[in-house]
Amino acid sequence: MQLKSFKKFLLKINDYNMHLTENKIQELEIKANEIRQSIIEMLISAGSGHTAGPLGMADIFTLFYFHILKHDPKNHNWEGRDRVVLSNGHICPVLYATMAHSGYFSIKELNTLRKFGSRLQGHPHREFLPALETSSGPLGSGLSQALGMALADRIDNNKTSDKFFYCFMGDGELDEGQIWEAVMHAGKEKLHNLIGIIDRNNIQIDGYTEDVMPLESLRKKLESFNWHVLEVDGHNFEEVNDAVEQAKAIFNKPSIIIAHTIPGKGVDFMERIPEWHGNPPGKGPDDIVSKKDQGKRALAELRTLQGKIVSEHE
Amino acid sequence: MQLNPKLFDRDVEQIPIRQGFGEGLLEVARVDERIVGLCCDLTGSTKMNLFAEAFPNRFTQMGIAEQSMASTASGMAAMGKIPFISSYAMFSPGRNWEQIRTTICYNNSNVKIVGSHSGVSVGPDGGTHQAIEDIAITRVIPNMTVISPCDAIEARKATIAATTMFGPVYIRLAREKTPVITSENTAFDIGKASIVFRNEGDADVGVIACGALVYNAIMAAKELESEGVKVRVMNLATIKPLDEEAILKLAKETGKIVTVEEHQIAGGMGSAVAEFLAENMPIKMRFIGVRDKFGQSGTPEELISHYDMDVESIKSSIRDIRM
Repeated sequence: MQLKSFKKFLLKINDYNMHLTENKIQELEIKANEIRQSIIEMLISAGSGHTAGPLGMADIFTLFYFHILKHDPKNHNWEGRDRVVLSNGHICPVLYATMAHSGYFSIKELNTLRKFGSRLQGHPHREFLPALETSSGPLGSGLSQALGMALADRIDNNKTSDKFFYCFMGDGELDEGQIWEAVMHAGKEKLHNLIGIIDRNNIQIDGYTEDVMPLESLRKKLESFNWHVLEVDGHNFEEVNDAVEQAKAIFNKPSIIIAHTIPGKGVDFMERIPEWHGNPPGKGPDDIVSKKDQGKRALAELRTLQGKIVSEHE
Repeated sequence: MQLNPKLFDRDVEQIPIRQGFGEGLLEVARVDERIVGLCCDLTGSTKMNLFAEAFPNRFTQMGIAEQSMASTASGMAAMGKIPFISSYAMFSPGRNWEQIRTTICYNNSNVKIVGSHSGVSVGPDGGTHQAIEDIAITRVIPNMTVISPCDAIEARKATIAATTMFGPVYIRLAREKTPVITSENTAFDIGKASIVFRNEGDADVGVIACGALVYNAIMAAKELESEGVKVRVMNLATIKPLDEEAILKLAKETGKIVTVEEHQIAGGMGSAVAEFLAENMPIKMRFIGVRDKFGQSGTPEELISHYDMDVESIKSSIRDIRM
């Protein structure tokens, strides 16, 4: 084998060898924790915004931006990149924080979130921040967009494309009819390179999803629309990574990963509480921690990994 | 301005405006591979079938899902395609307005929205299917261009022209056969209005019309000649952006403007003209269009007359404003 083609071969092997080492997992854990701290800091600075969803998705976003995605933060227009469509735009603090930590823009810029003139609009706007793949906020439209991207790619490259089209969705937004239009359509088109990730955290603004509008049995519903469905613990890097690998290997169907997550994950007094869906630290429920202490307490918890390490911050 | 030489003949050709779209799309798709088509189970009705049959790989059958169609097109545009989405205007941009606003216009996405079956001339189907609000809801969205061609030839040119500019465009079509006003040699540019009828010398009244009713406006002007009323008729094919220069010129020349459209008066083309003139040259105006009513079943002629958009109604408005 000639050296050049051997190198190409190695690169290809590397492409498929996405296994997570112990070291890598540790690295991701630390990164996810830093990203959670950034989320809290930017929400404190903004004084409004969503807390629970971004914290709950921090592990998955970290795994994607630091391990799974083909992307180039220094050249966001790189044609060969995978595409990420964030459908539930309100969890954008986690998207912004992860993008900043992976080098798309400075971490310092995160504190401009939701402020006048900021590129980090309250809900993502691609005209302000071109590194985004789309603008979102009104729920339920992301999957159609990712589907459109995958369809366009298939027209150009038939089935030889090595790009993947990921759509992150909330579970509450599955109430939207448009989601099911896209679910039906993707099943028809058998788009193998379309991968949906549902943040199954069981809460939405008015309460628990199963009270507001029951979604179960979600898995069966999606399977009946001809999707390959995987279910994972959304805080277990290996499980999520394996699921994405499996989804990539499925060739005749789109795949969806139902990621069970804990809303508010990482901050004890926020976890699993619906009232933390749409409030920032300082404006959340104060039966456990007073409003004025919420920001400080959240950061202290994250810096000490929920009290597991004692540090100078205590 | 070279119009159809048979414009004033009894046997002037009658072609549905939507036919022009179908032919234009096919024509431009042959030379531009980026063009893709999406339709919601109305491929024959919107005349997208011509494209779909010629380019099956570039056509996406959405099923009856207008909301997803708008966003899917936005996704395709993000990958460099020029998507045309078509349905009845009532459903797209009617049903899927928010998806058009957020996923297409807010992204300044290069999607062309084609709404067929606009106006009450849809006829027997009744009010549910007669879109008379679509100009209002599209022109209000930033980044959007709005075009209402007056005949099939102009619709063909508008379809081709829409692909030469970047950004969202709404093209308004109609179902019924309508007289061919323009000719192959008539100039068409997005954003440019044109005078389609003028008498010798000065004019008393300016009429600004769009869509199929440009024909009625021309007929009204022609018939008023015998009464000594001099009318200049403008075809305002592009409603947004407005050809401000041309409108201002007509307003200065005539001092009185009547607008004519098959649409609600609230928020339509006439409103756009009034918004501009109120700030720049307030003059007397009259509006021909639907006055805060829904459509209903009937023949196109019956309905156009019932809602006071026929030649006689236009003539009365012109006489009235001339006083």
